[in-house]
Amino acid sequence: MKKKHLLDREEILAPLLLIPTGLYIVLFVGFPFVMSFVYSISNVTVGNPHFKIIGLQNFADLIRNPTFRTSLFNTFFFTIVSVGLVLVLAHILAELLMRDFHGKWLVRFLVLMPWTAPIALGAIGYLWFLDSVFSPVDWLFRAMGLLGKPGDLFGPASNLYWLGRPDLAMASVIFVQVWRLVPLGAVILIAGMNAIPKEIHEAAQIDGAGYFRRLFHITLPLLFPVIGVTVLFATFFTFTDMTVVWVLTRGGPPPNTTQVLASLSFLQGIEGGDLAQGAAIAIFFFPVMAALAIFVLKLAKKAVVL
Amino acid sequence: MLKKIYHRAGFYGGLVFFVIFAAGPFYIMLITMFKRSHDLFNPNNNPFFFTEPPTLAHLKLLFDQTLFTTFLMNTLLVGLAVVAITVLFAVPAAFSLARMADRWGDTVGIGIFLTYLVPPTLLFIPLSRIVSILNLQNSLWSLVLVYPTFTIPFCTWLLMTFFKSIPKDIEEQALIDGCSRLGAFFRVLLPLAVPGIISVVVFAFTLVANDYIYALAFIQDSAKKTIGIGLTTELVRGDVFYWGSLMAGALLASIPVALVYTVFLDRIISGLGMGGIGK
Repeated sequence: MKKKHLLDREEILAPLLLIPTGLYIVLFVGFPFVMSFVYSISNVTVGNPHFKIIGLQNFADLIRNPTFRTSLFNTFFFTIVSVGLVLVLAHILAELLMRDFHGKWLVRFLVLMPWTAPIALGAIGYLWFLDSVFSPVDWLFRAMGLLGKPGDLFGPASNLYWLGRPDLAMASVIFVQVWRLVPLGAVILIAGMNAIPKEIHEAAQIDGAGYFRRLFHITLPLLFPVIGVTVLFATFFTFTDMTVVWVLTRGGPPPNTTQVLASLSFLQGIEGGDLAQGAAIAIFFFPVMAALAIFVLKLAKKAVVL
Repeated sequence: MLKKIYHRAGFYGGLVFFVIFAAGPFYIMLITMFKRSHDLFNPNNNPFFFTEPPTLAHLKLLFDQTLFTTFLMNTLLVGLAVVAITVLFAVPAAFSLARMADRWGDTVGIGIFLTYLVPPTLLFIPLSRIVSILNLQNSLWSLVLVYPTFTIPFCTWLLMTFFKSIPKDIEEQALIDGCSRLGAFFRVLLPLAVPGIISVVVFAFTLVANDYIYALAFIQDSAKKTIGIGLTTELVRGDVFYWGSLMAGALLASIPVALVYTVFLDRIISGLGMGGIGK
């Protein structure tokens, strides 16, 4: 038998094939990841790249800063409300899409579009949708007699100024985020529901369990891991994202009504050039990221089939 | 009988609700891009349909007087480069993890997947320093360098699950027939994994088209902008919005991305969990 070629030995070939990916991840994810912690305890700015470590000063400044506290609160509020709504709506959509009907491919394409089209472009549509003068939503309300005349349900003004009023601006940002994530949630839930054997449902139905009983005692418990995955992705894409906020409101209307951690970090770190302060803000993502990571590891241990 | 009708009505009612909810904004984009400005900028006119005859003026403006086609080209170029890098890096890594690393493969695989959970909003500040040290500001190369931070981890994971779903016997047969380890990979495993690799290509491209924050942080030059930041920063000048053209650009760029993504979405989602961690 001839001697094995060097590249046929798994203990050499396996690491060799991993090197490019491993090296790239260490250099461009691992290293910047560590640097963001270093930056957060330094005084680095764009103009002063030779920085000193100044300890926890940045964090002390942040906690005292009302803009930061508002952003922190907004981020949690934005995430919790969005993820909750996404779960409920995605579950309904998933149930609908599980059935067969004529023209399903077209309905599927249209219903998935908020997720499959780039979000910055979708958000541009909402800029017009929620415009202060020409908003089609406002037009519809006026046509329905809900807006524009004294005594109307939504007030006598001709427009609602969606992105200009604090309460409505927050509601708008949440709405667009939910709009974007419902299709993703539905697709993940469908994959999970398809993995549940049909016999369980049929058996329960024969035993006389009604819809809600089946929902709460069979479907939901079995779906629990999949719901977890949905929450994971929805949280990840909401908690750390700034696209919707940036395109729609830039954190406004003043003062910082819809400012979130990601957009504030961008404002300080890139637009303001204060890298240290920006990095310190972004560090607040870390606890939530760590929680998500632990969750992934738990799922991995349970050997969940999505 | 009556109950059945109620069920039916509920079902189709639900579908109609979700279609309007999801596609409504895109429908508005479609109408707006063909509306005459005179029609568009009258708040009393029906925004859901034409009051005056449609026009191609906004499209003409978009293609003739804005950098729209440049933005599209930039996105396409960066996308192709990133896809190529992603495939070149992720395919060997996924092969290694799926086939040769029994004991530590899953651990390393999950480790690579976890790096996907490090959000761009945490990395963009240190990466902006790296980009400026390498003198790549305002260059599409900055994006080519940085986008694999989110495409490689996810695509390695996806490919790993695809490789694992291919039975080992096929490859072992090739090894017995005298193929080398790499020979068996290229001649047997790779052809079988083509559908998986195509999904990864599509997915990596949609991830690139979806990025907003890195492009916003690294690119200021109008002619170097990608589609997302190009439309939101160049077609909105102060208070002047080129609404018709803006909607046209957003819709035209959305449709192709959405189409290919929809076709591959199921495979991507099922590849996410199947085989990878669950066995």
